[in-house]
Amino acid sequence: MKRFIGFIKKEFYHIFRDTRSLFILFGMPIAQILLFGFAITNEINNVDIAVFDKSNDATTQEIVQKISASNYFSIKQNITNEAEIETVFQKGKVLAVLVFEKDFKKNLTKDNAAKVHVITDATDPNTANSITNYISAIIGSYQKEMNKNSTLEYQIETKSRMVYNPELKSVFMFVPGVMTIILMLVSAMMTSISITREKELGTMEILLVSPLKPFQVIVGKVIPYIFLSIINAVVIVILSLFIFKMPVQGSLFLLALESVLFIITSLSLGILISTVSATQQTAMMISLMGLMLPTILLSGFIFPVSSMPLPLQVISNIIPAKWFILILKGIMLKGVGLAFIWKETLILFGMTLFFIALSVKKYKIRLE
Amino acid sequence: MSISVQHISKSFKKVTAVNDVSFEVNEGELFGLIGPDGAGKTTIFRILTTLFFADKGTATVAGFDVVADYKEIRNNVGYMPGKFSLYQDLTVKENLDFFATIFGTTIEENYDLIKDIYIQIEPFKKRRAGALSGGMKQKLALSCALIHKPKVLFLDEPTTGVDPVSRKEFWEMLKRLQQKGITILVSTPYMDEAELCDRIALIQHGKILQIDTPQEIIKHYPKKIYDVRADNMYRLIESLKSFEHHYSVYPFGEFVHYTDKREDFNPQELQQYLAANDHQNIKIEITKTTIEDTFMELAK
Repeated sequence: MKRFIGFIKKEFYHIFRDTRSLFILFGMPIAQILLFGFAITNEINNVDIAVFDKSNDATTQEIVQKISASNYFSIKQNITNEAEIETVFQKGKVLAVLVFEKDFKKNLTKDNAAKVHVITDATDPNTANSITNYISAIIGSYQKEMNKNSTLEYQIETKSRMVYNPELKSVFMFVPGVMTIILMLVSAMMTSISITREKELGTMEILLVSPLKPFQVIVGKVIPYIFLSIINAVVIVILSLFIFKMPVQGSLFLLALESVLFIITSLSLGILISTVSATQQTAMMISLMGLMLPTILLSGFIFPVSSMPLPLQVISNIIPAKWFILILKGIMLKGVGLAFIWKETLILFGMTLFFIALSVKKYKIRLE
Repeated sequence: MSISVQHISKSFKKVTAVNDVSFEVNEGELFGLIGPDGAGKTTIFRILTTLFFADKGTATVAGFDVVADYKEIRNNVGYMPGKFSLYQDLTVKENLDFFATIFGTTIEENYDLIKDIYIQIEPFKKRRAGALSGGMKQKLALSCALIHKPKVLFLDEPTTGVDPVSRKEFWEMLKRLQQKGITILVSTPYMDEAELCDRIALIQHGKILQIDTPQEIIKHYPKKIYDVRADNMYRLIESLKSFEHHYSVYPFGEFVHYTDKREDFNPQELQQYLAANDHQNIKIEITKTTIEDTFMELAK
């Protein structure tokens, strides 16, 4: 046991004396969570639009006022002829132009129908879509107000309610994803690098010719990173709680347990990588290409798994991150207990056992 | 018998690194494996330190089989690989502490053994190992390999890349360790170091050429060796090689070592031959045979 503690002590020396890896360990999680939280967002806020009002009557003015009062849009410019529509888009000044037809109010009262045209800049399709939806919704609600007193029978009204993230904040979606990626990266990449470094520097040769058991070497390598990853997980949860007001509906204790499970899954992957790579560089490449990319693309972090083609959906099942993101969303947003996520937990647990068994089998007690 | 190697062979893909090697090292002996780079020395070390499996043959270290009892061997030997293999980001003291701990001992417990060596690097004990000079690194590596009081010490080219003064000191340390009853197997490409061993095995291309004490090996050298020198060394070698009675000619430090085919060779004759070939300042002297001469002869 004393040998083992001595080994762990040595590992901590390595970590704290290497400023580069320290930076990766603690700088990256904070930078990533802030970046994803603030910069990458699907919400629309203060989008600049232009208005081409051919009618310019009381109704159109009311609608425009309602739109500009909404916070989602700000009216940048009033346009007076057709040709200008093209120009404002090309200049990139606005993302949408709202066109009211001639005699808008007259048509509305006489024919019960008037036309408004929403033209959006679809170079960014997601934003264009959101803009159209938001404007339609605002006009729709104006229309409802107008009809309050009328006696239209048979009217179907769709009322939707977004649960778990009513404000559709994208940061709620990113936090579980970022947390998963950071834990994966720190745990898997750092351990695989630290084990291969011993191989590369030749110190593994001495460790092998010592009474230290392979098991002790590996667990000794892993324990410091378990601690550091837990600290990282705590930092991420605190950041998302206080900066992004992300709720944790479920039990914090369960969240902690599940995180530790995922950390161990990633560490066992890291060990597996180190058994197949001879240099630090190889280990890093395998970690980045073999773990990070699939984790980002296939875990459902950015692209929903359900909208992937079937083969990719099948592949996504073998990615540990997919299951951990489901668990995180369950606990943080839905507030569910173990009863609802036992399946995902069991899958992660099984994967961990598999990776550990495989690495133990692959770990060499000799040089060849 | 401290180390026993019986008919060991080992190949890597197409290269035969070790070819049917057998030797034995007695308890408390300082045994040297002498040979050039690529002779198979490191492979033999790795087989004996349980890092490699041999393809053929058996070996025991301190009475333990290198395959079946590898765990016992790992408890009982000290190993210093050819490449400096300590933690460069740890200080001298931390390295030593670490190796003491993983072998289940402490610096204090075996301080006697390493005192002579460690005392020289102790003033730098707070310096990181990566910042030490070559000679100090060797001393630290040796201290680390010794800290658990091993029965057998394996030193793979410990003096390669070390300055001559430190090399000399290093061999003096080995002699003192030997007196403490530790069996030492050391390898070196430097022939002059061979004479400091109790017994040596000359090895080339994975095969052992000869095993004996350095004195015996020299004694059995069949010829008289002459130091020859002249102003133009390159031309001298050319001329000697075209001398019809030459047996061997090779540069040796500032001289050329020359042997003749005939038993009744007279240096005067060679002197005249060289003078006739326009050489100036010719000097021919009989010299002492060294291990290197023997090696050159055996490796022919």
